[in-house]
This record gives sequence, C-alpha cells and structure tokens, in this order.
Amino acid sequence: MKSFIAELWVYLRARKKYWLIPVLVVLALFGGLVVVTQGSAVAPFIYTLF
Amino acid sequence: MNILGISALYHDSAAALVIDGQPVAAAQEERFTRKKHDSAFPREAVQFCLGHVGLRLSDIDHVVFYDKPFLKFERLLESYIASVPWGFQSFRAAMPVWLREKLFQKDLLLREFSEFDDGFASADKLLFTEHHQAHAASAFFPSPFDEALVLTLDGVGEWVTTSAALGSGNKLNVIKEIHFPHSLGLLYSAFTYYVGFKVNSGEYKLMGLAPYGKPRFVEAIKSHLVDIKEDGSFRLNQSYFDYVTGLRMTNKRFEQLFGRPPRRPDVDDLEPFHMDIAASIQAVTEEIVLRLTRSLAKRTGQRNLCLAGGVALNCVANGKILRDGSFENLWIQPAAGDAGGALGAALAAYYARSGRPRQTTPGRDSMAGSYLGPEFKDSEIQSRLSAVGARVKTFTHSALVERTAEALANGKAVGWFQGRMEFGPRALGGRSILADPRSSTMQKVLNLKIKFRESFRPFAPSVLREDVADWFELEGDSPYMLLVAEVRNERRVAMSDQEENLFGIDKLNVCRSDIPAVTHVDYSARIQTVHQDTNPRYHELLTTFKRRTGCPILVNTSFNVRGEPIVCTPEDAFRCLMGTGLDALAIGNCWVAKDEQDPALAQDYSSAFELD
Repeated sequence: MKSFIAELWVYLRARKKYWLIPVLVVLALFGGLVVVTQGSAVAPFIYTLF
Repeated sequence: MNILGISALYHDSAAALVIDGQPVAAAQEERFTRKKHDSAFPREAVQFCLGHVGLRLSDIDHVVFYDKPFLKFERLLESYIASVPWGFQSFRAAMPVWLREKLFQKDLLLREFSEFDDGFASADKLLFTEHHQAHAASAFFPSPFDEALVLTLDGVGEWVTTSAALGSGNKLNVIKEIHFPHSLGLLYSAFTYYVGFKVNSGEYKLMGLAPYGKPRFVEAIKSHLVDIKEDGSFRLNQSYFDYVTGLRMTNKRFEQLFGRPPRRPDVDDLEPFHMDIAASIQAVTEEIVLRLTRSLAKRTGQRNLCLAGGVALNCVANGKILRDGSFENLWIQPAAGDAGGALGAALAAYYARSGRPRQTTPGRDSMAGSYLGPEFKDSEIQSRLSAVGARVKTFTHSALVERTAEALANGKAVGWFQGRMEFGPRALGGRSILADPRSSTMQKVLNLKIKFRESFRPFAPSVLREDVADWFELEGDSPYMLLVAEVRNERRVAMSDQEENLFGIDKLNVCRSDIPAVTHVDYSARIQTVHQDTNPRYHELLTTFKRRTGCPILVNTSFNVRGEPIVCTPEDAFRCLMGTGLDALAIGNCWVAKDEQDPALAQDYSSAFELD
C-alpha cells in the first residue's frame, strides 16, 4: 500500500492534478467503509450515512 | 533484451514477446481459453510466449502493460465530476471494480507473475506505456519504413482517442491528439449498438452491411452528431450519446433523430433502414479518416503512413486511403485492435530502454506474416487427433497439398490448419476455412451450414501476390487482409436490369463476377495477398489450385463458427469439423475426411457461442 500511495503521489505531481486529492480521499474512505462493513456488526453504521 | 508485452483487463487480452526488437511470439488469450474477447490476465498466452523460446519469466528484462491505469482512472473521475449527477449510475457500476482491482493493477500483475516464476520479483521490471503509444509503436516499429506518419484511431485509451505521430528510426514524436469523449471509434460503436450488434466486436458486421444501403443519413449525422473540421479534427455532440454518463452508447435524442429505437438483435430483422444507417456512418467515417490523412500528409510531407487502433481494422476506409494517394505507401498493423497493444507496448519499451537503432528492410515488415502463435509438430497433431477419436490419413507434404486443392476444386469446404497461428483477428492461411470462390452457392453454404452466421456477411479472398492485379484493382501488397479493392471490370459479370434492381441481400445471391463467393454487392473484396516468403505452404496450395482451375484465388474465412474464437489446437479444429458442415481438415500432414469419421462424435455446437 505504501508503494501504491507513493506512486499515486508521483502521478498527481506529474499531472498537476492536486484537486483530485479530496475526491480520492472520499473514495478511499467510502471504499474502505464498504469493505469493512460487509457482513459485519459495523454494517448499521453505514446506513446512517445514506 | 527480452521484453514481454501484455494487454489485459479490458478486452482482447494478449501477450507478445519481443527479443532484441524482433517480435518472436504473440497470441490472444481467447484462443486458449475459448472465451471470445477474453479480458482476463493472459496466463496461457504468456505461458505460450515463454515456452515458444524456452525462456522463464526471470529471463525477461521487462514486462510492459499496454496502458496507464492512473491516467484512465483520472479520465473516469473527471468525466463523472463533469456530468454530476447524471453519471451516478455509471459511476456506481465502475467504482467497485476500480477501487478493488484496476487501481491496483501493478500489484495484481506482480501477483500473477509471481505464480509463474518467483524469480520475477522486482517491481522495477514492470513498466506501463500509454495506450496510444502502444498502438503507435505496434504500427511503426514493425513496419518496413525508416520514416512514416503514424495514425492511431480507436475507441479510447486513457484520454486519447486519435493520435498522429512522426516515426523516425527508433523514435515516435506525437504531433496531434484528439481526446475523449470525441472519438471516431466510439461514434462507430454507437451505430454498431444502434443497429443491434455487439460493441467492441460487431463493428466489422456494420462495415459488411454498409454496401447494401444508401448513405441517406450522412447529412443528419454531420449536422447533429459530429462536427468535422477541414483538417479531420472532429467533435461529437454529447447530447445524443450516453457512453460518458450512462450504461448505453446512445440516448433517446439519438433515437428521435433517426426515428427508431435501437434494433433488438434477437427480435428485430435487419431492414433496409439499418443498411442505410450502416452505409451512412461508414461514409462519415471515411470522410473523417480521409480529411485526417490528407491534412497530415500536407502538414508533414510524409509519403509513408502506418495505421493501428481498432478503426484501422476498417478495411474499406483503408482501401480509400490507399486510393486517395495522399500517401504512397501504407502499412497497417495486423493486430490493430487492443491485442496488438501488447506487441506495441513491448516494442516501445525496447527502443526506449535499449536506445538501439532500428533495422528495416525495404518492402518487408518484421511481423513474419503475423504467424506468431502456437504451432504443432506432425507427430503431435497425429497423437492429439487420435486421442479424440479422429480417423486420420497421413500424406507427404506435396500429396496433402494436391489432395486439398482437388477437394476445393470439387466444391468442398476444407479446414486448413498449418504452421503457426495468426496474431490478430484475421485468419491468414494458418487457421482458415477454405473454399472455391468460383462457386455461386459457396457464400450461402459457408454462412449458413458452416459458420452459422447471417447470410449478408461477405467472404474474403486469398490471392497469389503475383496475380492480384489480374483480378482486383490493387497493385500492391495486402498480406493482412486489411485493404478492400474492387474486382477488375473484366472479371465482372453484367447483371440484367431485373438483377440490377434487386435490393440488399437478394442482390448478393446474383452471380456478379467470376469469383462470386468473394465479391460483395458493390464489387468490392477484402483482399489477402499470399506471399511465398511468409507462408510457402499456403502459397503452394494456391499455386496448385490455380494449376487445376486457372483461378489463383480461394475463399478464406476464419476457422471457427459464429462467435467462437478461431481454433488454436488440433482438438479445436476436429471439434469444429464434427460440429459443422465442413467436409475435411488438412492439418499438418494429416487429412481428416468428415465422411470417414464416427458419426457418434458429431456434435451441435452452433448455438454454443453468442452472436457478436
């Protein structure tokens, strides 16, 4: 994961697409949440978000 | 330097191996897995490439993937953001796959490679090229030119949909790009979808349908859908399309423009309306391509043109480029679609990393006839066929050629399985079904009894290179069946007034030339010139057929049934023989006659594959 983030950073710098960072952060959070809550006790937590 | 190119995870996965700048092995994954347009990681194709030259993955200096996932993801995100909230449905469908898998392609590829060989551990060995860079490299580096203009046209890569580059020696410099969502490939695919064929695979059917129609919608397309500039640059009016934000190619407004909903393939018949639509989009495509090539020829002064990208498989447009005369010489990558991206990626990395000069031979490309796939020794063919219960007769090489020519002259359809399999979508005499083009019923027989496909589909001729100009309006080479030219006037048969007035498919059944099975309704033919140096055995067969019949031409269609990947192994070929109306197989030095086989082995697999 470390190398992935490093590469993502290199890409963002090379393309000067810093404005994508908040979009990516939100996607990562929601993506992570979906993975974590799949079939787990934390699942109801996600319903309050939608 | 050993470089392995990979195209995968979208459609038409493939692997290609380049050693010291020479393509030595390449194959599409679908041929091994038997799943048409297989998009999975090309395990078996990689295995074949390495096995063909006896290398291990740890012997490979670099593995190169044919596009850049971060750039593609950027395009998706920016497109969704630009179309908020209309793109939510598509966003919801795309994101899980990207967040789970595609964004982490490097890890995924490294995991796959570690299963082959632990020796390939270093992530530094894994490189990525841009999609159109790979297409351009596949078009220029194997070409016979020292310098050329390189034009790539397809649906979309990362952002680029159309690119022009100047190729010189071992370098490619991009001089023009058109970006998503303005795409000639996607425009053609939108009409493919509208006429009821599958996107990404049915485009060639739309091209085959076009000669039946009249281009009466050209003005509607040009005034509403696409704005074409003098230099061939174009903009698509997104209010008629749904591919950026939705899950379909076209929207309601598009349907209203033409007055009908999209054709439902299993329910609605193909009508003259659909033929007119096909003719219209084909005419617009040709206009865009010709404006592009003319303006680029003027701008660069180049006399050589190389083409790749899915649109370069539009052989009707290619023929027009050649006849237009803006360029003296034209070379088209035989695997012009995404599979060829694997080869291009490997070649791009080779010249970028090694810096070595590129050697060219005038008039001869480095694709080896595109025969870069697997081959089988005669002994292996015999044992494999025996294992599946085939009754086989073996002959000397020349006796087998004589026998095949005799069967063809007697009106039989023969499966021709010889040497290495072709790389690219066309069968070029390695895995082909052959027949006599002089027969007026052969087109119907092949379509309905052997290929199980629509009767409007034309067949292509293979012709001895030496004789091409005697039969077709073509002087040069067309080794990869990517150029269309007309049958010469003196070979045509005059039609009666009544026949002239026939329309659409009825006209196809009229005998319009000395070679009706390969003559389309507009007298055009998609030509393959057969060369002694790249396929001596097929050349010998054509020469023998000519000696017997006076005709140096054979019908050449891919060795498969509708919707099936082209056969790869002797077992695939035998299954096709037993499941279709094919009369015999000429495979290695074996002759397998259908009427000598155990009828219990016959199987109906005509509906096992989906329509394109």
